[in-house]
Amino acid sequence: MFDYNFHWRAAFKALPDMLNGAWVTFETAALSMILGVTIALFLVFMRQGKNRLFRGFAATWISIARNTPSLFQVYILYFGLGSFGLHISSWAALLAGITINNAGYLAENFRGGLKAVPDTQLRAARSLGMSAPQAYRLIVIPQLLRIVFYPLTNQMVWAVLMTSMGVIVGLNNDLTGVTQDYNVKTFRTFEFFAIAAVLYYLIAKLIVAVARLLSWRLFRY
Amino acid sequence: MFESTFTWNDLQFMLQGAWVTILLTVVSMIIGTLAGVVCGMARALLPRSTIPLAWVLDVFRSVPLLIQFVLFNALKSIVGLNWSAFAVACVVLGLYVTAYCTEIVRSGVLSVPLTLRRASRSLGLTYWQDLRQIVMPMASRVAFPGWINLLLGVMKDTALVMWIGIVELLRASQTIVTRIQEPLLVLCIAGLIYYVMSLVVARLGARLETRWQEND
Repeated sequence: MFDYNFHWRAAFKALPDMLNGAWVTFETAALSMILGVTIALFLVFMRQGKNRLFRGFAATWISIARNTPSLFQVYILYFGLGSFGLHISSWAALLAGITINNAGYLAENFRGGLKAVPDTQLRAARSLGMSAPQAYRLIVIPQLLRIVFYPLTNQMVWAVLMTSMGVIVGLNNDLTGVTQDYNVKTFRTFEFFAIAAVLYYLIAKLIVAVARLLSWRLFRY
Repeated sequence: MFESTFTWNDLQFMLQGAWVTILLTVVSMIIGTLAGVVCGMARALLPRSTIPLAWVLDVFRSVPLLIQFVLFNALKSIVGLNWSAFAVACVVLGLYVTAYCTEIVRSGVLSVPLTLRRASRSLGLTYWQDLRQIVMPMASRVAFPGWINLLLGVMKDTALVMWIGIVELLRASQTIVTRIQEPLLVLCIAGLIYYVMSLVVARLGARLETRWQEND
C-alpha cells in the first residue's frame, strides 16, 4: 500500500528559489492591499455621495466583487480583456483581480466601520473649525482604522492566499508558480507542495504577528 | 458583430458544470457543518483540552485551498487510495469548511451568557438538556449569518477544484472558450450564473434570518 520514497533533498535544494517566490507572493499581496484600500475608500465615499452614477458604480463593483469567485475575476481580466485587444500579463491580471476583490470586501468593512463612528464626532470637529478633509483625516479615519484593523489583517492574509491562483493563468514566479515549475520538472508533487504549504503558513502567521504588534503600538492611547 | 457560435448545447454544458459546483458545495457544507458543530462545541465547552485541535484547524485556514487540493491529491496517490477527484475535492473542502465552521459555532456558543445556562441548570435541566434546549437555539441564531457567509464563500472557492481536474462551472466555460474563442461572452455567462446562485442563497438566508428573529 505504501511504496513511495520521499525525496526531500531535491525539494530542499529548491528552497532558495521558493523563498524568492514567497517574496513575490508577499509583494503582490501587499500591493493589492494598498491599491484595494485606496479604491475601497473611494467606493465608500462614492456610495455615500449624492451622485446617482457614482453610487450605482460603487454598488455594482461591490456586488460583483463579492458575488463571483476571485478566480473568475482573474479569468475575465486575463482572457476576457483579450476581446478588446488588451493583452495583459498574468501577473497584472492576478494583481488586478485580487485588487478588485479586496476593494469590494474592504468597502463593506469600511462602511460598517464608518457607521460605528458617531456622526456627532464629525460635526464636533467641523464646529471646532476644521475643514472637511481635516476632520476626516484627523478625527474619522483614526477611529475608523481602529475598528477595521482586524478585518484588514484578515483581508491581507486572504490576499496572500489568493495569489496562489496566479498559477492557473500561467504565472510562474510567485510561490505557487515556482513550486509548480519544479513539480513539472521532477514530479515530486507532494514534497514541493508540502514545503510551499509550510511557507504559506509561515507568511500568514507572520502577518498576523506583525499586525498584533502594530495594533499594540498603535492603539495604546 | 453580435453573431456568436455559442449554442444551446454549450449552455447546457455550462449548466452541468454549475450543477457540479452546487453538488460540491452541498456535500462539503454537510461534511463541514457536521464536523464543525462537533469541533465548535468541543472548543467552546472544553477550551483548554482542545487547543491542539485549534492549531490543526488553523492550518487549513492559513494554507491556500489550491495547495491543499494538490497536496491531498498527491497524498491520495502516495497512500494508494483509489478515490475519484470529486471525493478528494469533497474531503478537502469539507476540512476547509470544518475549520471555519468550528470558529463560527464556537463564537455562537460563547455568545450565550453563562448566567443563562446556570439559571437553566438550577431550574433542574440536565447538562445535555441545557445544551440542547437553551444553548443550541440561541447559538444557532447568532451563528446563522456567519454560516450563510461561509456557504457563499465555499461556493466561490469551489472554482479552484478545476486544478485537480473536475469539470465545474468555470472549467466548463474555459473548455467552451477554447473551442469557440469568445472568452468575454462565455465568461460573462459563467459570472452571471455564479452571481445568480450567490444572490439566491444570500436572499434566502436573509429571509430566514428575519423569520427567525420574529419570534424572539
